[in-house]
Amino acid sequence: MLNRKYVPILVTFGLLAVMFAAGSFRYTGFFSAQVLYNLLIDNSFLIITAVGMTFVIISGGIDLSVGSVIALTTMICATLVERHGWSPVVVIPMVLIFGALFGTLLGAIIHYFKIQPFIVTLAGMFLARGICYIISIDTITVTNGFFTKAAQTKVPLPGGNISINVIIALVIVLAAIYLAHYTRFGRNVYAIGGSEQSALLMGLPVARTKILVYTFSGFCSALAGVVFTFYMLSGYGLHAMGLELDTIAAVVIGGTLLTGGVGYVAGTLIGVLIQGVIQTIISFEGTLSSWWTKIVIGLLLFVFILFQRLLSDRRVTLKT
Amino acid sequence: MQAPILQMTGITKRFPGVKALSNVDFRLFPGEVHALMGENGAGKSTLIKVLTGVYSIDEGTVTIENQAVSIGGPLEAQKAGISTVYQEVNLCPNLTVAENIYIGREPRKFGRILWNKMNKEAARLLKERLNLSIDVTLPLHAYSVAVQQLIAIARALSISAKVLILDEPTSSLDQNEVHQLFSIMRKLKNDGLAILFVTHFLDQVYEMSDRITVLRNGELEGEYLAAGLPRIELVLKMIGKDLKLLEELPKLSEEAGAAAGSIMITASELGRKGAINPFDLEIRKGEVVGLAGLLGSGRTEMARLLFGVDRPDQGKLLAGESGSPVKSPRSAIELGIAYCSENRKTEGIIDDLTVRENIILALQAARGWLRPISRKKQDEIADQYIKMLNINPPNPEHLIKNLSGGNQQKALLARWLLTEPELLILDEPTRGIDIGAKAEIQKLVLSLAKQGMSVLFISSELEEVIRVSDRVAVLRDRSKVKELGGGELNQQQIMQAMAGG
Repeated sequence: MLNRKYVPILVTFGLLAVMFAAGSFRYTGFFSAQVLYNLLIDNSFLIITAVGMTFVIISGGIDLSVGSVIALTTMICATLVERHGWSPVVVIPMVLIFGALFGTLLGAIIHYFKIQPFIVTLAGMFLARGICYIISIDTITVTNGFFTKAAQTKVPLPGGNISINVIIALVIVLAAIYLAHYTRFGRNVYAIGGSEQSALLMGLPVARTKILVYTFSGFCSALAGVVFTFYMLSGYGLHAMGLELDTIAAVVIGGTLLTGGVGYVAGTLIGVLIQGVIQTIISFEGTLSSWWTKIVIGLLLFVFILFQRLLSDRRVTLKT
Repeated sequence: MQAPILQMTGITKRFPGVKALSNVDFRLFPGEVHALMGENGAGKSTLIKVLTGVYSIDEGTVTIENQAVSIGGPLEAQKAGISTVYQEVNLCPNLTVAENIYIGREPRKFGRILWNKMNKEAARLLKERLNLSIDVTLPLHAYSVAVQQLIAIARALSISAKVLILDEPTSSLDQNEVHQLFSIMRKLKNDGLAILFVTHFLDQVYEMSDRITVLRNGELEGEYLAAGLPRIELVLKMIGKDLKLLEELPKLSEEAGAAAGSIMITASELGRKGAINPFDLEIRKGEVVGLAGLLGSGRTEMARLLFGVDRPDQGKLLAGESGSPVKSPRSAIELGIAYCSENRKTEGIIDDLTVRENIILALQAARGWLRPISRKKQDEIADQYIKMLNINPPNPEHLIKNLSGGNQQKALLARWLLTEPELLILDEPTRGIDIGAKAEIQKLVLSLAKQGMSVLFISSELEEVIRVSDRVAVLRDRSKVKELGGGELNQQQIMQAMAGG
C-alpha cells in the first residue's frame, strides 16, 4: 500500500534499466560507464530545466517559456561577454536573476489575473524568443576563457569522466529533492496541486507559492541556459527550439501527473535519462534517422499518459 | 450556568438589494452541541460565513470568551479559535493524513520538516481525541469520506479550536459513518468544545443537539432547548406558521380525479446511496402527485432518479403501459417523461435565445437536428403557446432573459408541453414568481391533468401542493415516510409527517 505511490516512478526506473540492458546486449561498447556519463553530459541542461518544470507541473501549471529563456540566456551571456567585454562573474549571476524575475512576472500574471498558465507562458515564450533576435540574428561564438574552461574541464570518475555541467545538474536535482520534500514551500506546492481551493482554506500562502514556482522555473531555465552556453560555447536565437516540449515529456515520463499534486524530482531525472538512452540507442544503430527519437518518445508518452489515467481511475474507484 | 464562549449580538449583513441577516443574536456555550436551523434563504449559511470571516459584518459584534474580536478572514477565524469543517472535505487528497493535519504548521528544525515527529503527533492526536487508529503516512484519498471528515476535524482541533462548526457533515455519510461521527462529537462535547451543528436531518438534530436556534428570513426566530421543543413546533417555526392558523384550504383538484386510469410510472424499492433511500411510488394517468418535505429531504433527488438523470443503485423504475425501464434522460423523454428542473437559471432557460427558440428547443431535440422545424411552424407553435400560457410580453422574438421569472417559467413549461409528455415532473415551478403567475401555473397543471397528463409536483409551499395534488408523498431525511390522499390531505397531516418522531 505504501509503495503504491511509488509505482509510476518504479515503472519508469525499470524501463530505463531495461532499455539500458537491451542496448548493452545489442551493441558492443554500449555497456560502459562513459555511455552513462555521456547521457548526463549531453542532457544536463535538460535535467535542470525539467527540475523547474516538475515543480510547475506538480503545482498544477505548465511553463512553455523554458526553451526560449534558455536561448535568451545564451544570447545575453554571449553578447555581454563577447561583444561588450563584461566579466562572466557579473554576467552569470545577472542572467540567473533575470531568469528568476521573468518567471516571477509570468507567475504574478497567472495568479493575480487568473489567466491559464498555458497562454501566459506561451506569450512569455514568444517574447523571450523574439528578444533574442533584437540582440542578434546570428550565432555569437563564445571564446571567453572562463566559458571555454568550464566547457572543457573534465572531472574524472571511475570508468570515464563528466563535465562541470553534470555536477551543476546533479546538485540542482539534490537541492530540488530537499526543497520538494523537506521544506514548507515544497509541501505547499504539492498541496496547491492537490486542491488549490483547499490549500487556500487551510490558510496556506497560495499566492506566494504559486508565483515562486514560476520564479524557480525561470531560474532553472536561466541556469540551464548558462549550462547550455558552456555546452555549445555560443549564443543563438534558435538554440533549444522546442525544448519546452521535450522537458514536459521528460517530466511526464518521470511519473508526474499533468493534473498536478503528484510527482517526484528523481522521477524527472529518470525521465530525462530515458529520452537520452533512446537517443543513444538510435545513434548506435547508425542507420536510423534521429527523428526516430521523436517517434519512440511519442509512443512512450502515449503509453505513460494511459498508464497514469488507469492509475488515477483506480484511485477514484477506491474512493467511492 | 457558565458564560457563553461565543456571543454574536445584533449581527446585520446586507447584500445589494437584500438584507441577508438583520439583528441576529447567537450564542454558543462550551460543551454543547447547538443546531442552527432554517429553511432555504433563512440566513444560516450567511451567519456561518460571517462567523468564519468569509463575509464581513455590517453591524453587530462578536465576542469570544468575553473579548470582542473582528474576524477578517478564514485565517483570522482560525486564530480566534473558530474552525469549520465543511460538507465537501477541504483537504488535499494527494498529501498524507499527517500532512493534511499539520500543513502550514509542520514541526521544523532549521527549516527542515521533521516528518517522524509530525507523523507521531498526528497518530497520537487522532488516537487520543478521535479514537481513530489509522496509518497517517498514507495519502488522504486512501480513506473514505467519513474518515476524511474526521481528519478535517483533527486539523481543526490541532489549531486549538474552541468553537467547531460542522456544516452539513453528515450529508455524504452512510448510517454507520454517521454514528461514528456522532460518538466523536459527543466525546468532543464532553471535552468542553462548543460545536455548531448544521444539518437538514431532523432526526440528527434531535439525536445530537442540546440547543436549537431557528432563523427565518434573515431574522432570529428564537433559541430553544432541544428537549423542550417538539418536532412539529420546530417545523412550524422554520416555516413560519402557527398550528392554529392552518385552516382547510379550498381545494382546486377534484376528488373524481382519483378514478384515474392506467399506471404511468412505477418505482419499486428505487434508491441511490447518499441521495435518497429506497422508495415505492406509483403515478397514474391524469393524476397529480405532490412531493412535500423540508429542504434537503430528498425531493429533487427523487425527481432526478425518476427522470434517469442519476443512476439508481437499487430498485426498478418502469414507465408506461409496456413497463419499459427508464435508463437515462434520453430514454425518459422517449417514454414521454418531461422534467422542469428547479434551477430555472442554470438548467432551464438559455438566456441569449428568444422566447420562440427556447420553446422550440426540446421538440427540436426530440426530432433530431437533421430535421429542422420550419420557421413558419416555429412561429405558429410559439404564438399558440404564448397565447395558451399567457406569456407576457406576447412577442416570440423577445430575448428570454428580459422576461420576468414567472414568464420564463411559463416558456419553460411550454417547451416541455410541446413534446406532449405523458408525465411532467415540475420541480419548484413557482419559486420566485409572483402570486398571479403562481395561480396561473397551478390552474394550468390542473387542466393538463384533466386532459390525461400525469404530473409530479414538487414545491416548498404546502398550500400549493395541497391545492393541486390528488395525492401527496411526504419525504423526511431522504426517505419517503408517508403518502396522503383524499380526506387525509391537509396541512396538519403533512406537517406531522414532515416533522416525524
